[in-house]
Amino acid sequence: MEYEAVIGLEVHAQLLTESKIFCSCSTKFGANPNSQVCPICLGMPGVLPVLNERALEYAIRAALATQCEILAKSRFARKNYFYPDLPKGYQISQYEEPLSTNGSLEVESNGLKKKIRIRRIHLEEDAGKLIHEHSQNLSHLDLNRTGVPLIEIVSEPDIASSEEAVSYLKKLRSILIYIGVCDGNMEEGSLRCDANVSLRPKGSQELGTKTEIKNVNSFKFVQKALEYEIRRQLSLLESGGKIVQETRLFDSTKGITFPMRSKEEAHDYRYFPDPDLLPVVADSKWVEDIRSSLPELPGARHKRFIEEYKIPAYDSEVLTASKEVADYFEDCLKYYDKPKTVSNWIMTEVLRELKGEGEGIKTFQITPEKLSELLKLIDDGTINGKIAKDVFNEMVSTNKRAGEVVAEKGVMQISDLSEIEEVISRIIERNPDEVSRYRAGQEKLIGFFVGEVMKATRGKANPKLVNEILKNKLSES
Amino acid sequence: MELPFLTIREVSESIKKKEISPVEITQAILERIGEVDGKLNSYITVLADQAIQFAKEAEKLISSGTYIGPLHGVPIGLKDIFCMKGVRTTCGSKILENFISPYDATVTRKLKDAGAVIVGKNNMDEFAMGSSTENSYFGPTRNPWDLERVPGGSSGGSAAAVSASLCFGSIGTDTGGSIRQPATLCGLVGLKPTYGRVSRFGMIAFASSLDQGGPLTKTVEDTALMLNIIAGNDSRDSTSVNSPVPDYTSCLNDGIKGVKVGVPREYFIKGIDTEVEEAVKRAIALVEDLGGVVEEISLPHTKHAVSAYYLLAPSEASSNLARYDGVKYGFRVYDAENLRDMYFKTRAEGFGREVKRRIMIGTYALSSGYYDAYYLKAQRVRTLIKKDFEDAFKKVDVIMTPTSPEPAFKIGEKTDDPLKMYLSDIFTIPCNLAGLPGISIPCGFTSTGLPIGLQILGKPFDEETLLRVAHNYEIHTNWKEKRPPI
Repeated sequence: MEYEAVIGLEVHAQLLTESKIFCSCSTKFGANPNSQVCPICLGMPGVLPVLNERALEYAIRAALATQCEILAKSRFARKNYFYPDLPKGYQISQYEEPLSTNGSLEVESNGLKKKIRIRRIHLEEDAGKLIHEHSQNLSHLDLNRTGVPLIEIVSEPDIASSEEAVSYLKKLRSILIYIGVCDGNMEEGSLRCDANVSLRPKGSQELGTKTEIKNVNSFKFVQKALEYEIRRQLSLLESGGKIVQETRLFDSTKGITFPMRSKEEAHDYRYFPDPDLLPVVADSKWVEDIRSSLPELPGARHKRFIEEYKIPAYDSEVLTASKEVADYFEDCLKYYDKPKTVSNWIMTEVLRELKGEGEGIKTFQITPEKLSELLKLIDDGTINGKIAKDVFNEMVSTNKRAGEVVAEKGVMQISDLSEIEEVISRIIERNPDEVSRYRAGQEKLIGFFVGEVMKATRGKANPKLVNEILKNKLSES
Repeated sequence: MELPFLTIREVSESIKKKEISPVEITQAILERIGEVDGKLNSYITVLADQAIQFAKEAEKLISSGTYIGPLHGVPIGLKDIFCMKGVRTTCGSKILENFISPYDATVTRKLKDAGAVIVGKNNMDEFAMGSSTENSYFGPTRNPWDLERVPGGSSGGSAAAVSASLCFGSIGTDTGGSIRQPATLCGLVGLKPTYGRVSRFGMIAFASSLDQGGPLTKTVEDTALMLNIIAGNDSRDSTSVNSPVPDYTSCLNDGIKGVKVGVPREYFIKGIDTEVEEAVKRAIALVEDLGGVVEEISLPHTKHAVSAYYLLAPSEASSNLARYDGVKYGFRVYDAENLRDMYFKTRAEGFGREVKRRIMIGTYALSSGYYDAYYLKAQRVRTLIKKDFEDAFKKVDVIMTPTSPEPAFKIGEKTDDPLKMYLSDIFTIPCNLAGLPGISIPCGFTSTGLPIGLQILGKPFDEETLLRVAHNYEIHTNWKEKRPPI
């Protein structure tokens, strides 16, 4: 029998608010343990939570950006369980009445577009962090993360492969970063993923027994964990075995999933509405204000770049992967209107200089205006393209403008006919062998002559003119 | 030594006129605590040094011409459920025996800002669960009117202390009657404000949707003076309500002619003590004489209130008390084998019987498979009870009932029968479920000299009418003249 995989993802994303969801402690990552805590997030006797409006706004942004409906009234509920990283003995989350439902995300899988439905997005608070020192038989508790706002994004089981899961995650991450609600940093745990996996006979509508893989923290691991788990379930089913519904963890060094101790997961969370918080009322005017403040999302921008600027799909993909890079690209076009040229320069020189996907392009010293000045100098013949790359590097290291660098270095292109003719005559005289071979039909030698001319002019000669004059002179006899 | 027997109004007039100094009055109160509280056990912690220090500061301010207001320099008590910075706050429990609060509750801060001298933390049933203050880890409190009897609960320490003049007023909390019932049993005025009127921030939670802080005092006017200080919206409590705070003393002396008084027939049931019933009926008759228009009304779902309450309050409590796990503060058992064992042993030893009973009831009621049948159903009953009151308050301005079906009972009389104990709150619980304000005022004594109380319930945020009706009744009677024998 042939089987197909059915995957649903639960993504936890930390919201980029300055302060925690129910108190005013800082959410900054990397502070000294237990330095960003107060009686409220420590769950001291008598304290009460007050909702951070900004967290609600960010959650609504995320919901709108993934086509969710915002419920006019939602509620916080308590999820009760004992664990040392949970100071109150319950997590404030949303259960029966989430903030938003019925969204979707379009992903590409094997070159085809596919819609993955999103069941719900809700708000909740993060727990603290336990750091186990196995050698000392000690556990340390850092509660800085306790109360950091999270959204949980729950997909429908619409994902059919590990590749699809990864492209869903990448798309989701890019959107969250685009709309400024999450930094998407998986290493620091700003984005965490749990995956529900089951198999069923191909074409069947029923769902098989699922396992849940908890806390997989990179795209690569998600792919590997899913691949392993699908293989594991497949061989179990094919050998007539049964899948046990359980929570599993991924061991990234061994590349396998293994069951979590069942004691830890046998929970009855006893959810009930949190009496300390009022129902969350999302005023429809406010929601519309948030909607209209959303930036153009990566998918739409990608399409628009191809249509409006006639650049290749690959270029558009690279440019729109980050909002800042896409903004930079469009800013350049305000000063200089050759999109493909700008795109080439960003994808090569600019991104190479910034190393990576363009973080920091907003504060990059070569502003769109400065880059455009450089490109105009090529167009008007002041410098040639090769020299322009040196000028760019000089601009990066000295923070000077293109015109200044060109003037100082004396790299202005030589377009003076007589000057170039003189150099060419000299070179023809000095290389009689090559001249006769060229004239005998070895036309490839034109490259040699161009190189000699460039060497003699330290690269400054106008390459177009050099080519024309050379061809003329060499064909004279 | 007559100073401790004054009312807040009297003592604050004298302080204002500089006839008595805050230090002098604080010393007098501390002395009396020293003499009497060995018999009562109304304080868990007496803050002698701090109180004197605070009184000195009050005195300095007043003599330099800065008089803050009617609580300035007045010694008061605080139920040990309100967090007070730098002071241990036990909630009557072993599990918080050594908990020093790192912060002030909003109520505590407001009292301090008003210049009140907090002389100590009053005894209470553990986590406010009880009707007799016998469930305190720190031992039971006794009733100043009869040391063999309970002062009521859970704010029994507050009630006993005010009644025995060991402070001029105390702030208690009321989840199902915990201010009004002990006020009744100790011959005091006790007000549970509308839910949301007084901030719950820093008030250790028992049942969050029902808990409300309020004053216990000797007179209605004193209650109004204290309410003036503690009422108001608080940005740190999402459930506090942003409704204007009037001067609750300003209309006390307006008459009550034409005030419509509803008397619910469901509150005069079989089993109610006859002396209590008669005293309450006499009180209602007097209100009628003073111009009140009395009519019988019906609150048909009253009989389900206690059952609903004993599902909802324990459900919330089971979650609210989860934080006492021995991990971060408070009591911890150290001879545990592992984490689970530490949780089990810490909570088994740290909590008393009644608290554990309610945690179990609540955990059960919220469990999957039982949630709909218990918690949800109780919520629906709560909605019906609220609706009963809404309907009634379309016709009447206030509702009058007995506060407690019987006067103070003997210590130990009900400790083995929780159901019997739970019925002590049968007349006070519906008010909490509906979130309404309710006041209890003295309305007589039994033949054996035990105080009896009249309960008046009002519309949401209409504490003014409650206080006005109560004050009008009070000034036409002389129950407050009588002092307990202690």
